Amino acid sequence: MAGSLPKAGSRWSLGRPLDFRHGRVEMSHGAGGRATTQLVETLFQTALGDMGTQTGDDGAVLPPLAPGERLVMACDGHVVSPLFFPGGDIGCLAAHGTINDVAVMGARPLYLTASFILEEGFPLADLQRVAVSLGRACRDAGVAVVAGDTKVVERGKGDGVFIATTGVGALPAGRNIGGRQARPGDAILISGTVGEHGLAILAQREHLQFASEIVSDTAPLHTLIDALLAAAPGVHVMRDPTRGGLATVLNEIARQSGVGIDLDEAVIPVRADVAAACELLGLDPLYAANEGKVVVVVRAAEADAALAALRAHPLGRQATRIGTVIEDPQGFVQMRTRMGGRRLVDWLTGEQLPRIC
Amino acid sequence: MNYLTAFRDGNLAATMANAIREAARNRPSFAFMEFCGGHTHAIARHGLLDLLPPSIRMIHGPGCPVCVLPIGRLDMAIDLALGRPGLILCTYGDCLRVPASGGRSLFGARAQGADVRMVYSPADALALARSHPRRQVVFLAIGFETTTPPTAAVVQAAAREGRDNFSVLCNHVLTPPAMAAILASGVPSGGGGIDGIVGPGHVSTVTGGRAFMEVSRRYRKPVVIAGFEPLDLLQAVLMLVSQVNEGRADVENEFSRGVTADGNRRAQALVQDVFILRETFEWRGLGEIPESALRLHPRYAAWDAEARFGLVGRRVADAKACECGAILRGEKGPTDCRIFGTACTPETPVGACMVSAEGACAAHFHYGRFRPAPVAAAGA
Repeated sequence: MAGSLPKAGSRWSLGRPLDFRHGRVEMSHGAGGRATTQLVETLFQTALGDMGTQTGDDGAVLPPLAPGERLVMACDGHVVSPLFFPGGDIGCLAAHGTINDVAVMGARPLYLTASFILEEGFPLADLQRVAVSLGRACRDAGVAVVAGDTKVVERGKGDGVFIATTGVGALPAGRNIGGRQARPGDAILISGTVGEHGLAILAQREHLQFASEIVSDTAPLHTLIDALLAAAPGVHVMRDPTRGGLATVLNEIARQSGVGIDLDEAVIPVRADVAAACELLGLDPLYAANEGKVVVVVRAAEADAALAALRAHPLGRQATRIGTVIEDPQGFVQMRTRMGGRRLVDWLTGEQLPRIC
Repeated sequence: MNYLTAFRDGNLAATMANAIREAARNRPSFAFMEFCGGHTHAIARHGLLDLLPPSIRMIHGPGCPVCVLPIGRLDMAIDLALGRPGLILCTYGDCLRVPASGGRSLFGARAQGADVRMVYSPADALALARSHPRRQVVFLAIGFETTTPPTAAVVQAAAREGRDNFSVLCNHVLTPPAMAAILASGVPSGGGGIDGIVGPGHVSTVTGGRAFMEVSRRYRKPVVIAGFEPLDLLQAVLMLVSQVNEGRADVENEFSRGVTADGNRRAQALVQDVFILRETFEWRGLGEIPESALRLHPRYAAWDAEARFGLVGRRVADAKACECGAILRGEKGPTDCRIFGTACTPETPVGACMVSAEGACAAHFHYGRFRPAPVAAAGA
């Protein structure tokens, strides 16, 4: 009999293989025992590629950086509902969101960790879809998933899956990009149309039917940012306008830098279907989430070069100069409206849309 | 037609602004009230005040349902939600944050364990009652003539199906009596009161333009019913200026694509069937106004939360420092209030005008705060 037992490392060594068609997450998958190892080895490692966890150790050992380079770290929790939406899912969103947080610091994204909090009863097929999507997004971006974790909470205590990610990147020597660097006179650019992600999620969640499907813009921005920084090293601030949208990011920058911002509503790019959906729902596209856009604050002298570089990249074709940094100790973001009047573009009050990313 | 571009054309706006300036040249000052909070919001959001000459002053009226809901009525709802275990109180999202007495709110009641839920329509509230047949579901109904017919429809539906666990706490109010009360008060003082009113667009789709003829005639003030797009509002202001110049006081309809003289007869019939006039009703900021609100008709008493739970209203004074009353009456502007933007913000509203995006204070906070000071009306 002993001779018929499966060998360590073989397909059956951890018991009956996981049923990816009908199987569901069970409490044991998070208990740290054989079931956890099986889930990690047969689902996560296959989907996420060469994780540091393949060694089975508690942490990943990473190679040293090039001389002068500094580490940039960012973390992000993902609780989006629904898990699958037009243009993406929580898996690729978790990858892109974190990669972008690292990239907008001016750093080269290198590594990602992913912690999955699963709800008991969550279909393994969905989990596999999410993990494969996260893995593919990282591979496409040249980012290695080096560590991961899995926990399971009882049915009703989660909502399918939550993913917490940490991103690590390398910041070249001498590069200094951050929210405090905006100076009066700087130009403000946006890499494309605003509001798609927020409206795609909302339309899916509320079962709204529009003439055309609004698709999330979720995308990794680091190659766009590479091209931008090569053309315009005088970039002072970059930020991805996710939750709270363009308006929120601009208010953050104004506050951090102690400056005001003057926008021109007529040139802010908004797709017609997004504008129409926002109008219908009483939302403002300036506050709707994006997952594949970057706001750039750059020295005025380099604004044209920056814009040209953005527009030459597939993710930045509709890049536009939307405003200027001005002196204002009160840090107001104001806007010339399409009608020719002026108004404040204030911080978001309350929650416009919960669980958008 | 694409409403997002056709009614928001910057060039057309500039042309109309010129026409308004030209028309307003021969009088030192005009004071117009936009009654409706939706108009207040549109004016602020599109920066329309910058397009008007300084001689034209826009006064923000009380047409924001959340803003005029008196504290006593809100207290009634909170007490009901907290006092009856198992009862579900549902209402529109805007109501949840409205400050009641003693720093309370429906949100606060929820945090204390009351089952308070946000719904998008009264139909959602009735559906909730159907899915929870053993629990009492109360819909806190607020709003002007626009939201009254949907409430009437669910009361009829509840009656038809004999649903005995659903009732309505009715706070529906009427626009024309409030307009009359403001015009009768003669505010703002000094300038001879209000020269004309931008009439409510959505309300008028139900009531029809005719509903404002009596008040216009009695106080000899022009009323121009307007849509909610920026060009609608500029056109309405131009029409008001023209009426004042010509010494006319007519009800005119700028919003002809939505409003007729007679309004929505079916909706009016629904309201007629379900509601009757209250003798008097308190408006936050404006005080008691006779025949300005509705209650359920006695034949629907079984679905009237006030009757079912024996609720008795009481008057509660507004917070002392709060100027919402004077602002709702058009006597003061948001920045005339000492606590505007300090103790009273959209995150921690003290007064009702700060709660809803349609409130005069919230609109100024969100869209106008960067201005150093309000532009004073020339000649005032």
